[in-house]
Amino acid sequence: MEDINEITNVAVAGEGKQFIVVRLGSEQYGIDIKYVDNIVRQQRITRIPSAQPYFKGVTNLRGEIIPVMSLRLKFNLEPDEYTNATRIIIIKPESQSAIGIIVDEVKEVVILDGDSIEKPTASDSNDVQIQYLSGIGKHGDGLITLLNITSVINEKENV
Amino acid sequence: MDVSQYLEIFIDETKEHLQTLSDQFMVIEQEPENMDSINEIFRAAHSLKGMAGTMGFKRMQRLTHDMENVFQEIRSGNMTVQPELVDVLFRGLDALEAYLAEILETANEGTEENEEIINTLNSIAEKATGKSGGAKAEPKPEEAAKAAESPASSGGAKYQEIKITEYEQGTFEKAKKENQNIYGITVYLEESCILKAARAFLVFKALEEIGEVIKSVPSVQDIEDEKFELDFSLVYFTEESMETVKAAIESVSEIKEAIVGPFEAEAPKEEKTEEKPAETQEKAQPKQPEKAAAAVQTAPKKEKAPAQKAPAQKSKPTVGRTVRVDIEKLDVLMNLVSELIIAKNGLVSMNSMDESRTDSAGFNEQIEYLESVTTSLHESVMKVRMVPIESVVNRFPRMIRDLNKKLGKKMELHMSGEETELDRTVIDEIGDPLQHLLRNSADHGLEPNEERVRLGKDEIGHIYLNAYQDGNNVNIEVRDDGAGIDIEKVKNKAIEKGTITPEQAETMSDKEVIDLLFKPSFSTAEKITDVSGRGVGLDVVKTKIEGLGGNIECKTELGEGSCFTIHLPLTLAIIQALMVELGSEKYAIPLGSIQAIEDVAFEDVKHVQTKEVINLRGSVIPLIRLDQILEVDPGDFHPESLTVVIVQKGDKQAGLVVDNLIGQQEIVIKSIGDYIHCSKLISGATILGDGEVALILEVNTLV
Repeated sequence: MEDINEITNVAVAGEGKQFIVVRLGSEQYGIDIKYVDNIVRQQRITRIPSAQPYFKGVTNLRGEIIPVMSLRLKFNLEPDEYTNATRIIIIKPESQSAIGIIVDEVKEVVILDGDSIEKPTASDSNDVQIQYLSGIGKHGDGLITLLNITSVINEKENV
Repeated sequence: MDVSQYLEIFIDETKEHLQTLSDQFMVIEQEPENMDSINEIFRAAHSLKGMAGTMGFKRMQRLTHDMENVFQEIRSGNMTVQPELVDVLFRGLDALEAYLAEILETANEGTEENEEIINTLNSIAEKATGKSGGAKAEPKPEEAAKAAESPASSGGAKYQEIKITEYEQGTFEKAKKENQNIYGITVYLEESCILKAARAFLVFKALEEIGEVIKSVPSVQDIEDEKFELDFSLVYFTEESMETVKAAIESVSEIKEAIVGPFEAEAPKEEKTEEKPAETQEKAQPKQPEKAAAAVQTAPKKEKAPAQKAPAQKSKPTVGRTVRVDIEKLDVLMNLVSELIIAKNGLVSMNSMDESRTDSAGFNEQIEYLESVTTSLHESVMKVRMVPIESVVNRFPRMIRDLNKKLGKKMELHMSGEETELDRTVIDEIGDPLQHLLRNSADHGLEPNEERVRLGKDEIGHIYLNAYQDGNNVNIEVRDDGAGIDIEKVKNKAIEKGTITPEQAETMSDKEVIDLLFKPSFSTAEKITDVSGRGVGLDVVKTKIEGLGGNIECKTELGEGSCFTIHLPLTLAIIQALMVELGSEKYAIPLGSIQAIEDVAFEDVKHVQTKEVINLRGSVIPLIRLDQILEVDPGDFHPESLTVVIVQKGDKQAGLVVDNLIGQQEIVIKSIGDYIHCSKLISGATILGDGEVALILEVNTLV
């Protein structure tokens, strides 16, 4: 895990990085594009009994069983409302199996260079716990909360 | 001549040879005169030696060489097989296995010399034959002494004689501009080196990873053709320090010595060449070249350094898991794939035919054909994955032999059904649990010999390992004719440990008491031995086996012995399952655990201690409301009676209440990954024909 963080930091300091900007409620979040395997439309999800509440279940992505997590529930936001814009982003971390996360909308891909990314400070963590953040990106007028995707998907049992 | 590509073959074959050795050692221990075995051992040791040599595993080669020597003597009648010899041989075998394990991990044989085993081997041979067979085992001190002389006197540095042509002069200039060090290297091979060209090649390869060989004497062509004595010299450009270069060369086995020094091409340029002393290099080690005697000693340790720098950096050179497949099985697969293509073409042509003629009969025919092909394809692929259990159990006779000596108990292992086949993934995992059970039997199960005599039993204890196929399961039994499990003792122990209360103990059935043994940290062994009884025991076995989708049972008779039976599914990947419906959700129940399906009227459901039970043909079966356990949204479903699926786990039964039965189906088991924690109720998931995911219920946790 440390390795990954290190790599992320190095990259942040250097050239611009690509982020997929997604919307959750009224906030914008950025996901490092290198983790994104695929973006699919909302599809049938099979509920898993007695799983962690933020796991909506599993889905079938071309013959693979992929667990699907609700980012909204994970971040203690309102439960998802499925609309035409709802998407599942399939994340494929380097050494782990794929996982899907549900977002309200996928907006665009932005390139942020090191200068427009700020390290998160404690005060930024109104809704989202600080551990899930890797920084705040400035793009145009808006701010994008950059997710530390590895810590979002791997969590100790203490919620 | 890159040998690394042969590593997998080497490992496979070495395993085979080691197994042969182990088997035959066991034979000659019993029948020291058995000439066939002795010949067999000789051949195996010889092939091992050759292979290890080719691959550059020098230490391994030396050990097998000495084993081979001993058997050469035995073969020619100069000595006989002694019990102590067999002991040493077994130790040698262990050492070889250790080398192999190291090679598997790191592609390197490690640094263990096993000097002691070699010396013992040779001294036995010497004693028996009166000849000095030990000469070979002691090349090291000499070697060290020789090595000590040469670099100090620098007499061996033949590279200084290398002449440089005008053309090469140009490359020198260039190298200097790039701030590269220019070294002269002279490499001495060991006298005993068999494949000189291969060694030289390895040296070149090692060097070229960290620099550039400019010139060699004799020429590369001559070296490849083995047209050289025991040394060759090189001119070499690199950015590395002398020490690094030296270590890289000495990491190749059978190199007696490598002398590395700055190479002075022409007198006027010497200043520049020496401008960059090795010490400035970050990797420079505090080792002085004068300490040549130590150099030989430290060389093996340093082996790791270049190995990490060069190939290990790209990827860990561990060896992939392979299955050896009978060529016939592959042919069958190939044929099936061709048929699959034909079936596909049939469908394609049907599609392109005139539309009016597209009748559903022809279409169905094609579908049926396709179905039969996929079924056979599945079967064949499964067969390819099946491995006889022999590959796991054949190490046990050896283990029991060792335990025999260690525990001072006479015992025999009887095995049957080694040819029973299991899925490769199961085979890989089943070894440790079985070993554990066998050790348990040997250590705790069997009484000491005197005790056995006193009880009127056969003095020699017997342990049985039987494997056999039973329907869709494979059963493996570990049975002994020892003391059996003392139920009372287990109860007392459990009370003492606070696992159960005395009141509970009163009401517990024998079976339940035995189940206590499978609870974590519960060991009844009164004395903790090296062999077993550290309290991590049967629970680990149980967890492992359940992880493989199997289960374990224990039957015991005080004074008669105990029997542990492992039930394993034949294959893990595809099972027959009953699909059921709960609310709007679909679940799969493995057919293997289903006993019956019953329609039960509401009034037949009785309550015992607030639990729902049914009385089915005389036996009382608890009901499990799946919809409650799985938190299914009930919906408005009002059946007239309960549909109950009776499942079985060991001797226990339970009735699972479901809303609807869908039918039997062959399902492919897929894992749901580690992200979701779901209290083991779900063993996996499968994808249904319509693309929907259905969960597979884990009956073992439910019951």
